[in-house]
Amino acid sequence: MPLKLDQIRDLLRQRFPDHLIVEDLDNHDALVVPREIYLEVAELLRTDEELDFDYLEFETCSDMPPDLLNFVAYFRSLGKGHRVALKVKLDRARPSLPSLVGLWANADWNEREIFDLFGVVFHGHPDLRRLMMPEDWEGHPLRKDYLHPNVVKRPD
Amino acid sequence: MGLIDRIPAYIEKTPGGGVLMTGVNSILNEAKASSMWYMLFGLACCAIELMATGASRYDFDRLGMIFRATPRQTDLMIVAGTLTLKMAPRVKLLYDQMPEPKYVIAMGGCTIHGGPFYHDSYSVLKGVDKIIPVDIHVAGCPPRPEALMNGCLALQDLIRTERLGHDRDRPGLRQLTQRQIPGQPPVNYLPTGGALIRPNEIPILG
Repeated sequence: MPLKLDQIRDLLRQRFPDHLIVEDLDNHDALVVPREIYLEVAELLRTDEELDFDYLEFETCSDMPPDLLNFVAYFRSLGKGHRVALKVKLDRARPSLPSLVGLWANADWNEREIFDLFGVVFHGHPDLRRLMMPEDWEGHPLRKDYLHPNVVKRPD
Repeated sequence: MGLIDRIPAYIEKTPGGGVLMTGVNSILNEAKASSMWYMLFGLACCAIELMATGASRYDFDRLGMIFRATPRQTDLMIVAGTLTLKMAPRVKLLYDQMPEPKYVIAMGGCTIHGGPFYHDSYSVLKGVDKIIPVDIHVAGCPPRPEALMNGCLALQDLIRTERLGHDRDRPGLRQLTQRQIPGQPPVNYLPTGGALIRPNEIPILG
Protein backbone atom coordinates (compact mmCIF):
# COMPACT_ATOMS: atom_id res chain seq x y z
CA MET A 1 0.00 0.00 0.00
CA PRO A 2 1.41 3.42 -0.89
CA LEU A 3 1.78 5.68 2.10
CA LYS A 4 -0.06 8.98 2.17
CA LEU A 5 1.87 12.15 2.86
CA ASP A 6 0.50 12.56 6.38
CA GLN A 7 1.48 8.97 7.19
CA ILE A 8 5.03 9.65 6.08
CA ARG A 9 5.00 12.87 8.07
CA ASP A 10 3.83 11.07 11.22
CA LEU A 11 6.43 8.39 10.75
CA LEU A 12 9.17 10.99 10.49
CA ARG A 13 7.80 12.87 13.51
CA GLN A 14 8.01 9.66 15.55
CA ARG A 15 11.67 9.23 14.63
CA PHE A 16 12.60 12.88 15.11
CA PRO A 17 10.42 14.09 17.98
CA ASP A 18 12.68 17.05 18.80
CA HIS A 19 12.41 18.65 15.39
CA LEU A 20 9.70 20.45 13.50
CA ILE A 21 8.50 18.58 10.44
CA VAL A 22 5.56 20.21 8.68
CA GLU A 23 3.79 19.94 5.38
CA ASP A 24 4.68 22.59 2.85
CA LEU A 25 1.83 24.93 1.97
CA ASP A 26 3.20 25.72 -1.51
CA ASN A 27 3.77 22.15 -2.58
CA HIS A 28 1.35 19.42 -1.61
CA ASP A 29 3.94 16.65 -1.86
CA ALA A 30 6.58 18.29 0.27
CA LEU A 31 7.62 18.12 3.90
CA VAL A 32 9.70 20.95 5.30
CA VAL A 33 12.54 19.55 7.37
CA PRO A 34 15.19 21.44 9.35
CA ARG A 35 18.63 21.55 7.79
CA GLU A 36 20.29 19.77 10.75
CA ILE A 37 18.39 16.50 10.27
CA TYR A 38 18.16 16.58 6.47
CA LEU A 39 20.76 13.86 5.91
CA GLU A 40 19.35 11.64 8.66
CA VAL A 41 15.85 11.96 7.23
CA ALA A 42 17.13 11.09 3.77
CA GLU A 43 18.97 8.09 5.17
CA LEU A 44 15.79 6.95 6.87
CA LEU A 45 13.82 7.34 3.63
CA ARG A 46 16.36 5.18 1.86
CA THR A 47 16.84 2.43 4.44
CA ASP A 48 13.52 2.11 6.27
CA GLU A 49 11.62 -0.93 5.04
CA GLU A 50 8.24 0.69 5.28
CA LEU A 51 9.30 3.89 3.51
CA ASP A 52 11.67 2.25 1.01
CA PHE A 53 12.41 5.30 -1.15
CA ASP A 54 14.75 3.64 -3.62
CA TYR A 55 14.65 6.32 -6.28
CA LEU A 56 15.75 9.94 -6.15
CA GLU A 57 13.72 11.66 -8.84
CA PHE A 58 15.11 15.13 -8.82
CA GLU A 59 16.79 17.80 -6.74
CA THR A 60 16.23 21.47 -7.34
CA CYS A 61 16.31 24.86 -5.75
CA SER A 62 14.42 28.13 -5.87
CA ASP A 63 15.78 31.53 -5.05
CA MET A 64 13.73 33.64 -2.66
CA PRO A 65 15.52 36.93 -2.10
CA PRO A 66 16.49 38.64 0.11
CA ASP A 67 17.65 35.84 2.42
CA LEU A 68 16.03 32.51 1.57
CA LEU A 69 16.98 29.70 -0.77
CA ASN A 70 14.55 26.76 -0.93
CA PHE A 71 16.08 23.39 -1.67
CA VAL A 72 13.72 20.58 -2.74
CA ALA A 73 14.47 16.92 -3.37
CA TYR A 74 11.84 14.53 -4.78
CA PHE A 75 11.89 10.88 -3.82
CA ARG A 76 9.86 7.96 -5.09
CA SER A 77 9.48 4.38 -3.98
CA LEU A 78 9.23 2.20 -7.06
CA GLY A 79 8.26 -0.83 -4.98
CA LYS A 80 5.68 0.81 -2.71
CA GLY A 81 4.48 3.42 -5.21
CA HIS A 82 4.52 6.49 -2.99
CA ARG A 83 6.47 9.69 -3.29
CA VAL A 84 7.54 12.58 -1.11
CA ALA A 85 9.56 15.74 -1.42
CA LEU A 86 11.85 17.18 1.21
CA LYS A 87 12.17 20.92 1.38
CA VAL A 88 14.99 22.62 3.24
CA LYS A 89 15.18 26.35 3.80
CA LEU A 90 18.73 27.55 3.35
CA ASP A 91 20.57 30.70 4.24
CA ARG A 92 20.93 32.55 0.95
CA ALA A 93 24.23 34.16 1.90
CA ARG A 94 26.09 30.90 2.60
CA PRO A 95 23.93 27.96 1.46
CA SER A 96 25.26 24.50 2.17
CA LEU A 97 23.86 21.00 2.63
CA PRO A 98 25.19 17.49 3.09
CA SER A 99 25.40 15.55 -0.17
CA LEU A 100 23.10 12.63 -1.00
CA VAL A 101 25.56 10.92 -3.34
CA GLY A 102 26.29 8.21 -0.78
CA LEU A 103 22.60 7.26 -0.68
CA TRP A 104 21.47 7.78 -4.28
CA ALA A 105 24.22 7.82 -6.89
CA ASN A 106 22.26 10.01 -9.28
CA ALA A 107 22.42 12.87 -6.79
CA ASP A 108 25.87 13.51 -8.27
CA TRP A 109 24.90 15.56 -11.33
CA ASN A 110 21.77 17.00 -9.70
CA GLU A 111 23.89 18.52 -6.97
CA ARG A 112 26.54 19.69 -9.39
CA GLU A 113 23.83 21.51 -11.34
CA ILE A 114 22.47 23.17 -8.20
CA PHE A 115 25.98 24.16 -7.17
CA ASP A 116 26.55 25.59 -10.63
CA LEU A 117 23.35 27.57 -10.99
CA PHE A 118 22.51 28.48 -7.38
CA GLY A 119 25.81 28.23 -5.53
CA VAL A 120 24.74 25.69 -2.92
CA VAL A 121 27.80 23.87 -1.54
CA PHE A 122 27.23 20.14 -0.95
CA HIS A 123 29.47 18.73 1.76
CA GLY A 124 30.79 15.27 1.04
CA HIS A 125 30.17 15.49 -2.71
CA PRO A 126 32.96 13.57 -4.48
CA ASP A 127 33.34 15.92 -7.45
CA LEU A 128 31.67 19.28 -6.98
CA ARG A 129 32.37 21.07 -10.27
CA ARG A 130 30.20 23.20 -12.52
CA LEU A 131 27.93 21.12 -14.74
CA MET A 132 26.29 23.54 -17.19
CA MET A 133 28.33 26.70 -17.31
CA PRO A 134 31.96 26.94 -18.53
CA GLU A 135 34.55 26.01 -15.95
CA ASP A 136 35.80 29.56 -15.47
CA TRP A 137 32.35 31.12 -15.20
CA GLU A 138 31.77 33.55 -12.38
CA GLY A 139 28.58 33.74 -10.38
CA HIS A 140 25.49 31.56 -10.19
CA PRO A 141 23.10 32.47 -13.00
CA LEU A 142 19.77 31.37 -11.57
CA ARG A 143 20.10 33.68 -8.58
CA LYS A 144 17.54 36.39 -9.11
CA ASP A 145 20.02 39.21 -8.56
CA TYR A 146 22.49 37.74 -11.07
CA LEU A 147 23.88 40.18 -13.60
CA HIS A 148 26.09 39.55 -16.60
CA PRO A 149 27.45 41.96 -19.24
CA ASN A 150 26.06 39.69 -21.96
CA VAL A 151 22.49 40.35 -20.86
CA VAL A 152 20.47 42.77 -22.95
CA LYS A 153 17.31 43.74 -21.10
CA ARG A 154 14.09 43.14 -22.97
CA PRO A 155 12.45 46.50 -23.63
CA ASP A 156 9.13 46.94 -21.85
CA MET B 1 45.44 26.51 -50.83
CA GLY B 2 49.21 26.88 -51.11
CA LEU B 3 49.56 25.30 -54.55
CA ILE B 4 46.41 26.89 -55.96
CA ASP B 5 47.61 30.32 -54.85
CA ARG B 6 50.91 29.86 -56.67
CA ILE B 7 49.36 28.79 -60.00
CA PRO B 8 48.49 32.36 -61.16
CA ALA B 9 52.07 33.52 -60.52
CA TYR B 10 53.32 30.95 -63.03
CA ILE B 11 50.52 31.32 -65.54
CA GLU B 12 50.58 35.09 -65.78
CA LYS B 13 54.23 35.01 -66.86
CA THR B 14 53.29 33.06 -69.98
CA PRO B 15 52.01 35.02 -72.98
CA GLY B 16 48.24 34.79 -73.29
CA GLY B 17 48.05 33.28 -69.80
CA GLY B 18 44.88 35.23 -69.01
CA VAL B 19 42.84 33.02 -71.29
CA LEU B 20 44.15 29.97 -69.52
CA MET B 21 43.39 31.58 -66.14
CA THR B 22 39.72 32.04 -67.01
CA GLY B 23 39.49 28.38 -67.86
CA VAL B 24 41.25 27.29 -64.68
CA ASN B 25 39.09 29.60 -62.60
CA SER B 26 35.80 28.25 -63.85
CA ILE B 27 36.93 24.64 -63.63
CA LEU B 28 38.22 24.98 -60.07
CA ASN B 29 35.20 27.03 -58.97
CA GLU B 30 32.79 24.53 -60.46
CA ALA B 31 34.65 21.74 -58.70
CA LYS B 32 34.54 23.57 -55.37
CA ALA B 33 30.89 24.55 -55.74
CA SER B 34 29.80 21.03 -56.71
CA SER B 35 31.34 19.22 -53.77
CA MET B 36 30.70 21.26 -50.67
CA TRP B 37 31.14 18.64 -48.00
CA TYR B 38 29.69 19.90 -44.76
CA MET B 39 30.60 19.14 -41.19
CA LEU B 40 28.32 16.78 -39.33
CA PHE B 41 27.36 18.76 -36.28
CA GLY B 42 24.27 20.48 -34.99
CA LEU B 43 23.67 22.57 -31.91
CA ALA B 44 19.90 22.85 -31.48
CA CYS B 45 16.59 22.56 -33.31
CA CYS B 46 18.06 23.90 -36.59
CA ALA B 47 20.00 20.63 -36.71
CA ILE B 48 16.67 18.79 -37.15
CA GLU B 49 15.98 20.82 -40.27
CA LEU B 50 19.56 20.24 -41.37
CA MET B 51 19.01 16.49 -41.00
CA ALA B 52 15.74 16.76 -42.93
CA THR B 53 17.56 18.60 -45.70
CA GLY B 54 20.22 15.93 -45.79
CA ALA B 55 17.67 13.11 -45.95
CA SER B 56 16.07 11.79 -49.09
CA ARG B 57 13.05 14.11 -49.37
CA TYR B 58 15.13 17.27 -49.90
CA ASP B 59 18.41 15.52 -50.60
CA PHE B 60 21.60 17.51 -50.20
CA ASP B 61 23.34 14.86 -52.28
CA ARG B 62 22.10 16.36 -55.53
CA LEU B 63 24.22 19.45 -54.80
CA GLY B 64 27.18 17.16 -54.20
CA MET B 65 26.93 17.82 -50.48
CA ILE B 66 27.85 14.97 -48.18
CA PHE B 67 28.34 15.21 -44.44
CA ARG B 68 31.75 14.41 -43.04
CA ALA B 69 32.29 13.64 -39.39
CA THR B 70 35.66 15.36 -39.14
CA PRO B 71 36.60 18.98 -39.78
CA ARG B 72 39.70 17.87 -41.68
CA GLN B 73 37.58 16.64 -44.60
CA THR B 74 35.02 19.43 -44.79
CA ASP B 75 34.69 22.55 -46.92
CA LEU B 76 31.59 23.95 -45.32
CA MET B 77 30.47 24.49 -41.76
CA ILE B 78 26.73 24.86 -41.30
CA VAL B 79 26.30 26.32 -37.83
CA ALA B 80 22.84 24.97 -37.05
CA GLY B 81 21.43 26.10 -33.75
CA THR B 82 21.96 28.19 -30.65
CA LEU B 83 25.62 28.79 -29.96
CA THR B 84 26.28 29.10 -26.23
CA LEU B 85 29.33 30.76 -24.77
CA LYS B 86 30.49 27.37 -23.53
CA MET B 87 30.25 25.85 -27.01
CA ALA B 88 31.73 28.86 -28.82
CA PRO B 89 35.43 28.04 -28.24
CA ARG B 90 34.77 24.50 -29.48
CA VAL B 91 33.12 25.75 -32.67
CA LYS B 92 36.00 28.17 -33.20
CA LEU B 93 38.42 25.28 -32.79
CA LEU B 94 36.49 23.18 -35.32
CA TYR B 95 36.55 26.07 -37.77
CA ASP B 96 40.30 26.48 -37.32
CA GLN B 97 40.78 22.77 -38.01
CA MET B 98 39.03 22.93 -41.39
CA PRO B 99 41.35 23.17 -44.41
CA GLU B 100 41.11 26.11 -46.80
CA PRO B 101 39.03 26.90 -48.79
CA LYS B 102 36.36 26.92 -46.11
CA TYR B 103 32.92 28.44 -45.97
CA VAL B 104 30.40 29.06 -43.22
CA ILE B 105 26.62 29.15 -43.37
CA ALA B 106 24.93 30.65 -40.31
CA MET B 107 21.62 28.84 -40.12
CA GLY B 108 18.72 30.34 -38.19
CA GLY B 109 18.10 33.36 -36.01
CA CYS B 110 20.28 32.22 -33.10
CA THR B 111 23.41 32.07 -35.20
CA ILE B 112 22.67 35.41 -36.86
CA HIS B 113 22.06 37.56 -33.79
CA GLY B 114 21.03 35.37 -30.87
CA GLY B 115 17.45 34.96 -32.09
CA PRO B 116 14.95 34.39 -29.29
CA PHE B 117 17.85 34.47 -26.84
CA TYR B 118 18.92 37.99 -27.73
CA HIS B 119 17.18 39.50 -24.72
CA ASP B 120 17.68 38.46 -21.10
CA SER B 121 20.18 35.71 -21.85
CA TYR B 122 23.55 35.39 -20.19
CA SER B 123 24.81 32.26 -21.88
CA VAL B 124 24.17 32.64 -25.61
CA LEU B 125 26.63 34.10 -28.10
CA LYS B 126 24.70 36.70 -30.07
CA GLY B 127 25.81 35.82 -33.58
CA VAL B 128 28.47 33.37 -34.72
CA ASP B 129 30.04 36.09 -36.89
CA LYS B 130 31.59 37.34 -33.66
CA ILE B 131 33.96 34.39 -33.65
CA ILE B 132 34.10 33.07 -37.24
CA PRO B 133 33.52 34.77 -40.61
CA VAL B 134 30.14 33.91 -42.12
CA ASP B 135 29.50 33.69 -45.85
CA ILE B 136 25.76 33.12 -45.96
CA HIS B 137 23.10 33.92 -43.37
CA VAL B 138 19.92 31.84 -43.63
CA ALA B 139 17.05 33.43 -41.73
CA GLY B 140 14.30 31.47 -40.03
CA CYS B 141 13.55 29.88 -36.70
CA PRO B 142 14.38 27.27 -37.77
CA PRO B 143 14.67 27.79 -41.55
CA ARG B 144 12.79 25.28 -43.65
CA PRO B 145 14.86 22.89 -45.76
CA GLU B 146 14.00 24.94 -48.85
CA ALA B 147 15.54 28.01 -47.21
CA LEU B 148 18.70 26.14 -46.29
CA MET B 149 18.89 24.71 -49.79
CA ASN B 150 18.52 28.24 -51.16
CA GLY B 151 21.37 29.35 -48.91
CA CYS B 152 23.57 26.57 -50.30
CA LEU B 153 22.72 27.61 -53.86
CA ALA B 154 23.62 31.19 -52.94
CA LEU B 155 26.92 29.93 -51.56
CA GLN B 156 27.56 28.10 -54.82
CA ASP B 157 27.00 31.36 -56.70
CA LEU B 158 29.43 33.06 -54.31
CA ILE B 159 32.05 30.40 -54.95
CA ARG B 160 31.63 30.79 -58.72
CA THR B 161 32.64 34.46 -58.45
CA GLU B 162 36.00 33.62 -56.91
CA ARG B 163 39.19 34.33 -58.85
CA LEU B 164 42.52 32.67 -58.39
CA GLY B 165 45.15 34.81 -56.74
CA HIS B 166 42.58 37.18 -55.26
CA ASP B 167 41.51 37.17 -51.66
CA ARG B 168 38.02 35.95 -51.24
CA ASP B 169 35.52 38.71 -50.66
CA ARG B 170 33.67 37.16 -47.80
CA PRO B 171 30.85 39.20 -46.32
CA GLY B 172 31.58 37.83 -42.87
CA LEU B 173 35.17 38.97 -43.03
CA ARG B 174 34.11 42.37 -44.27
CA GLN B 175 31.74 42.73 -41.34
CA LEU B 176 34.47 41.77 -38.93
CA THR B 177 36.83 44.41 -40.23
CA GLN B 178 34.12 47.05 -40.43
CA ARG B 179 33.43 46.75 -36.75
CA GLN B 180 37.01 47.66 -35.97
CA ILE B 181 37.37 51.12 -34.45
CA PRO B 182 40.43 52.98 -35.83
CA GLY B 183 43.17 53.38 -33.27
CA GLN B 184 41.68 50.79 -30.94
CA PRO B 185 42.28 47.08 -30.67
CA PRO B 186 39.81 45.14 -32.83
CA VAL B 187 36.64 44.28 -30.98
CA ASN B 188 36.32 41.04 -32.87
CA TYR B 189 39.87 39.92 -32.42
CA LEU B 190 40.16 36.37 -33.68
CA PRO B 191 42.92 34.36 -32.04
CA THR B 192 45.03 32.76 -34.75
CA GLY B 193 45.66 29.08 -35.10
CA GLY B 194 43.96 26.47 -33.02
CA ALA B 195 44.26 28.29 -29.72
CA LEU B 196 41.29 27.68 -27.50
CA ILE B 197 39.65 30.92 -26.46
CA ARG B 198 38.04 31.03 -23.07
CA PRO B 199 34.33 31.87 -22.96
CA ASN B 200 35.01 35.00 -20.96
CA GLU B 201 37.42 36.25 -23.62
CA ILE B 202 34.90 36.07 -26.46
CA PRO B 203 34.12 39.65 -27.38
CA ILE B 204 30.56 40.52 -26.59
CA LEU B 205 28.87 43.31 -28.50
CA GLY B 206 25.60 44.77 -27.38
